[in-house]
Amino acid sequence: MRTAFVEQLCALAEADERIWLLTGDLGFSVLERFADAFPQRFVNAGVAEQNMIGVAAGLALSGKVPFVYSIANFPVMRCLEQIRNDVCYHGLDVKVVSVGGGMVYGSQGYTHHGVEDIAVMSALPGMSVLAPADPVEAAWAATAAVDRSGPVYVRLGKAGDPVLHSSPPQLEFGRAVTVREGADATLVSTGAALRIALEAASELESRGVHARVLSMPTVKPVDVEALTRAATDTPLVVTIEEHGPVGGLYSAVLEVIAPLRAAVCVRVALADEPAPMAGSCAYLSERSGLDPHSVAKTVLSLVGGKA
Amino acid sequence: MSPTQFEAATLARDIRADALRMVAAANASHIGTCLSMGDILAVLYADILRYDVGDPSWSDRDRFILSKGHGAAILYAVLAEVGFFETELLAQYCCDGSMLMGHASHKVPGVEVSTGSLGHGLPIGTGMALAAKRGGVDYRTFVLVGDGELDEGSNWEAMLFATTHELDGLVMIVDRNGLQGFGESEDVMRLEPLAAKLEAFGWDVMTVDGHDCNQLRTALARDATVAGKPRAIIADTIKGKGVSYMEGKIEWHYRSPNAEQLAQALAELGVDS
Repeated sequence: MRTAFVEQLCALAEADERIWLLTGDLGFSVLERFADAFPQRFVNAGVAEQNMIGVAAGLALSGKVPFVYSIANFPVMRCLEQIRNDVCYHGLDVKVVSVGGGMVYGSQGYTHHGVEDIAVMSALPGMSVLAPADPVEAAWAATAAVDRSGPVYVRLGKAGDPVLHSSPPQLEFGRAVTVREGADATLVSTGAALRIALEAASELESRGVHARVLSMPTVKPVDVEALTRAATDTPLVVTIEEHGPVGGLYSAVLEVIAPLRAAVCVRVALADEPAPMAGSCAYLSERSGLDPHSVAKTVLSLVGGKA
Repeated sequence: MSPTQFEAATLARDIRADALRMVAAANASHIGTCLSMGDILAVLYADILRYDVGDPSWSDRDRFILSKGHGAAILYAVLAEVGFFETELLAQYCCDGSMLMGHASHKVPGVEVSTGSLGHGLPIGTGMALAAKRGGVDYRTFVLVGDGELDEGSNWEAMLFATTHELDGLVMIVDRNGLQGFGESEDVMRLEPLAAKLEAFGWDVMTVDGHDCNQLRTALARDATVAGKPRAIIADTIKGKGVSYMEGKIEWHYRSPNAEQLAQALAELGVDS
């Protein structure tokens, strides 16, 4: 995802001189291509995230479109007030990019886990929240972030994420992508959790349950239409996200679905606790039941009869 | 375009009077901090800043950020007095539905940036100065910070950044009134030797009497710039300056003058109630 995003950003910067890139001293062997191509629009702001967001705000107030790059929770938490006051209050064209959202830096420990970012960024007025699922969605997210006026948060996975879309998806800001059709249940995922959704859907298929899969690269504003359809067409909606249980995709989906009094809506997410041990992304996710088999089991227990 | 029709000392007196009336009417706080920076604002808007009141977003304007956003009343006053909006509107300060919020608001013509939480202005100004430097344009960026505000680490991040990028179009003015929310600045978080600290951070530093318009003019002038260095001006000031019973008194960070106190304050400034 990371590489696809940066490649696309370079392509965009070629044509749009407003685009700048600021990094909090991260991105070694990734950002050089931007720095080399556009040295006057590249800034290593050092290990100083508060100032970095302030500088980005100052640049945006001067007509630039700065992308701010760091990893996990670093560009979100330390400088949250700067994002709130300097960027969102002024409605500025600052694009905050986090690489390694979720449990990507699993073994590095909780300090490096970006597992509350969607909740925190979604709470800010005017902030758009993008969480692409694979390199195809990630490249799209770079373009969408530029095209979308105002603050945008982009949560990326890592380098080497597999392409999950078997055919080029129709990507549109604020729209879900229907990756697989089905009428028994809807699996809604954001970010790299699409892989879990797709594998769970395959497992369910073998048990005679036809699950629809929606990928939601835009979490805010959420696709009300697609979710309304899902809650109307299928009796069960399951959200799947590599994020803590509070304020993420589940909350966004429930805000749409709950008033409809249609489908049952349950979540599969990370536990509400700092990961207490080292572990890979897959290992730590499975501890919370965030894996394809657990998702399939949850669905089977709720759709009843068909299994 | 710089307005030449304003005389800094007169402007300083008028905006102090405006701020006193506004704070008294709204029963608001922060009059002490407004008064300590009255002369700094007056010199900036009378003699230093390049701006066009008819076109607040003119691209070549100098940028001014009041980072100590709790001093909004006197900022609004100076903007109104130089013509960004009608002085009659100042009576709406903190009133229901008014654009004049208690902390500096960018909804007000002439205010570049909303501030209030401390330690935000200098990083933003640094970004503006970086845009000017890399864009080869010559507007200057001025950020007024409080001395208590320098407790915030983000300022020191910005100072390191400004030195690294040789932002000689950036000027930080420290309103060194020596008092902050709950005590004397030196007791709360020791800043001294402040000038030496700022010099060690790579800034060109000058200390002036923050109530002496001539000294302020000299320090703020474009030709005082040292190539490749951001400039810091430590303006020694008195909190509550100009009103005898407020000077140096921490309680005037919070209190609002009653009618009698307001009349005395205006009389001391030499303006009509």
